[in-house]
Amino acid sequence: MTGGTIARRTAPARMAYWQALDSGRILLMAAAAMLVIAAFAGVVALHPVHVNFPAALAFGGFIAFGELFRLALPGGREAAPIAMVGAMAYAMLLALPKPDGRVTYDALMVVAVAAIGMTVGSLPHIAAGRSAGLTGMCTRLVAVSCVAFIFRPIVSAGFGHKDVNWVFQFSVIALVFLVGWLVDTLVGALIRADDVGARFSVAMRDEIRLQWPLGLAVGASVIIAVFGAKRVGLGELLVFIGPLLVTQLAFRRYAGIRATYLQTVRSLARVTEVAGYVEAGHSRRVSRLAVAVGRGLGLAEPELLALEYAALMHDIGQLSLRDPIPGGATLLVSPADQERIAELGAEVIRTAGVLDDVAELVRYESRPARGHEPAPPLGSMIIKAANAFDDMVGSSTDRNRSAAALERMRLDPVEYDAGVVAVLAEVAARRVPSRL
Amino acid sequence: MVSRAARLYIGLVVSAAAVLVAAAILACDREMMQAHFWTPSPALQRPLAALLTLQALFLVCDSGATPMTSRQTRWSPSSSATLAAVVLLGPVSAALVGATALLSLQRHLRLAERLFNGAMYALSGLAAGWAYLACHAVPGLPDSGNFRTILLPFAAAATVHVLANHGLIWGVHRLNRGRGMWRRDALESSLTLLLASDLGYACLGLVIASLWAIMNWFAAALVLVPLFVARWAMGQFAEQQRAYAATMDALCQAVETKDYYTRGHGDRVSRGAVMIARQIRMSTERTEAIKFAGMLHDVGKLGVPTQVLQKTGALTEDEFAAIQLHPMRGLEIVREIGFLFEALNGIMHHHERMDGRGYPMGLAGHEIPEFARVIAVADAFDSMTTTRSYREAKSIEFALGELRKGAGTQFDPVVVEAFIAAIEKGTWQLPEPAAKPPDPTTVTVKDHDDPTAPLRVVEP
Repeated sequence: MTGGTIARRTAPARMAYWQALDSGRILLMAAAAMLVIAAFAGVVALHPVHVNFPAALAFGGFIAFGELFRLALPGGREAAPIAMVGAMAYAMLLALPKPDGRVTYDALMVVAVAAIGMTVGSLPHIAAGRSAGLTGMCTRLVAVSCVAFIFRPIVSAGFGHKDVNWVFQFSVIALVFLVGWLVDTLVGALIRADDVGARFSVAMRDEIRLQWPLGLAVGASVIIAVFGAKRVGLGELLVFIGPLLVTQLAFRRYAGIRATYLQTVRSLARVTEVAGYVEAGHSRRVSRLAVAVGRGLGLAEPELLALEYAALMHDIGQLSLRDPIPGGATLLVSPADQERIAELGAEVIRTAGVLDDVAELVRYESRPARGHEPAPPLGSMIIKAANAFDDMVGSSTDRNRSAAALERMRLDPVEYDAGVVAVLAEVAARRVPSRL
Repeated sequence: MVSRAARLYIGLVVSAAAVLVAAAILACDREMMQAHFWTPSPALQRPLAALLTLQALFLVCDSGATPMTSRQTRWSPSSSATLAAVVLLGPVSAALVGATALLSLQRHLRLAERLFNGAMYALSGLAAGWAYLACHAVPGLPDSGNFRTILLPFAAAATVHVLANHGLIWGVHRLNRGRGMWRRDALESSLTLLLASDLGYACLGLVIASLWAIMNWFAAALVLVPLFVARWAMGQFAEQQRAYAATMDALCQAVETKDYYTRGHGDRVSRGAVMIARQIRMSTERTEAIKFAGMLHDVGKLGVPTQVLQKTGALTEDEFAAIQLHPMRGLEIVREIGFLFEALNGIMHHHERMDGRGYPMGLAGHEIPEFARVIAVADAFDSMTTTRSYREAKSIEFALGELRKGAGTQFDPVVVEAFIAAIEKGTWQLPEPAAKPPDPTTVTVKDHDDPTAPLRVVEP
């Protein structure tokens, strides 16, 4: 099971593509488009002596192949590590042995080859009805362009000559790659912050934390590809693609199981609904609200994941009750019973042995925000507020009802944390029928 | 422990490796030896240092192997070191690199395993090196001039290495089946995937060799970076998988708390279904899926009101309908999980009967999906061999007899036979006889799974 299919299955009714465009994306695409136009103009003007066709063809093919094997990463991200290796290696190619010709092509040539390679590689995705992944392609193109504009002039100045010490070459390549990777991560974080409504600093930290292992592998592979091509020629790319594919497979399985895991918890959390303990859709609505509030409060992604799990399973303790609570609303139960349900739920989750942080959140989910020592964790306060909101409002999008619910929570600062309720109000104001 | 045949086999492999490597070393005359190891050859500066580096690379690759849960691919990037030796130094060195497996830093290895691994990798390295020479390639530093001419020999060497490696391991598994000394995971995981990933890593051998002229031993270190990242990802994968299984168990237990006597039912049905699946040689992927399907097959029972489950005596039509619906409710819950489609089918149809009188759809014979036929047998067996409020647990023999009786009408005869064979071969752990329930409100009076006490419906 790949992440892609799962995402497609659960995605809310898709908006038309142009509706999903926001200013950040438009800016990115405009930049990429300008680069591509400049590149093609530049390549046409380039003296044919400097156009190395075999190299362009080999690397273009490599990039297209890499785009074909994209990688779904946790959190709905998409990467194309093999394409990245191809494009970066082409941008930083030092030299080629005799029969393969010169490497005096300029940065614009790199942009043009990368753009064509990516486009060709995305065609099968489009043909198969998947998204073209335009945002990701533009991000990669911008990063590669940065590297090319830094590195190609250095090569033209004779950096690739065989008298230059390889350690020096190695260090410069590593450094420039780091710059390119940071650009890639930065743009990715900007877009993501825009998409999910996270703070930029948090998004950047999440992005770095998630991407650095892959970045490391890509960086090492770029260096291997550059030096390998320098020594034995373009045929090296053919050999190198094998290990790259195997490495990517490892990542794919990791991302796949994470997606299945989340999907399973989402589904199984609904047992309380099927058993009539809570209203249909309750756990999913609470988890969406909770994650949105958590994001608004600047929680990082691992914390958000724990919060999502806890919110999905926050009613699991009710399974231990003999009879469903009328209407399923935990809000209507005495505080002592609420504590007991929370305790039972935490117990269930703790038996898994791997979700102890989630169990903690569930354990304190009914505890008042003030007046108890120790104070409940932030995640628990978020779940408490989201749960109460959903118990009062449900799937209704009636603004008055939602305002009344929020007012009631605001008037009770002992039970509900004021900061959480303030963010919840913002989130609730964004609620549109089609999105929730 | 090791069977006698396997011990003989290991002895054979080890002595064959020793003899062949010794012969190969002797076969190169003194001059060749010197050219090979002790004097700088024109092709490769300091070949001894290269050999030691590759041996170190082999050890590093071999030692930190991520322990995989269940039957996942074992990743053995160590073949890249052996194949680099094939290209740079020749067959004898490749064998010597492979033989370093003797010194593997994996602590849990027993002596027999070490000996066998060392011999196996040495033999594979030797075979790969010979294949390389047989294709008229000369060991040395690849450059742009000879690179194209060594591509095919290298492919041959890599293929021979992978085949020799897996062939020799396969022999041990074959002779030592079920003894649990060698983890069976390598054999049970998807073979094509394993071969493909080994070939992929073998390609790294040529990459290392290509970089050697520029950066020497550092080539090996550089190649380790992506390898370690891949291993990290595999480790994460294994960790997530463990977490996933544990969470699944916990949730299933939570679902079963409602009914005292059927606790652990899902888990046992899942085990039974997996036993059958292995017996009828289902693929690894499908076995994995049926494991989950077995675990979750009764999850829809939550949607059946407690008073119906606990009612004594005959059921009204409506109540019976509520019970008949539980596979559908189960499907409703698990539908969105990214399972194989077959697992969903298994959950939905696990109460169909071969004669067409089952529910919810009344499918008959082979219209019933295979998963459902398998789960039905494991389900009925567990129901009979565990205590119910209205009777004690029946013996295994009695339950198997009942299954035989129902074969053809209720159960698929092939599946029943497979189950009986699996039970006779392995061990079925009966659950502890249930004590009196501490809380009488959690007792279901009727068990809808029990074929010896079918649900009765009030005649209108």
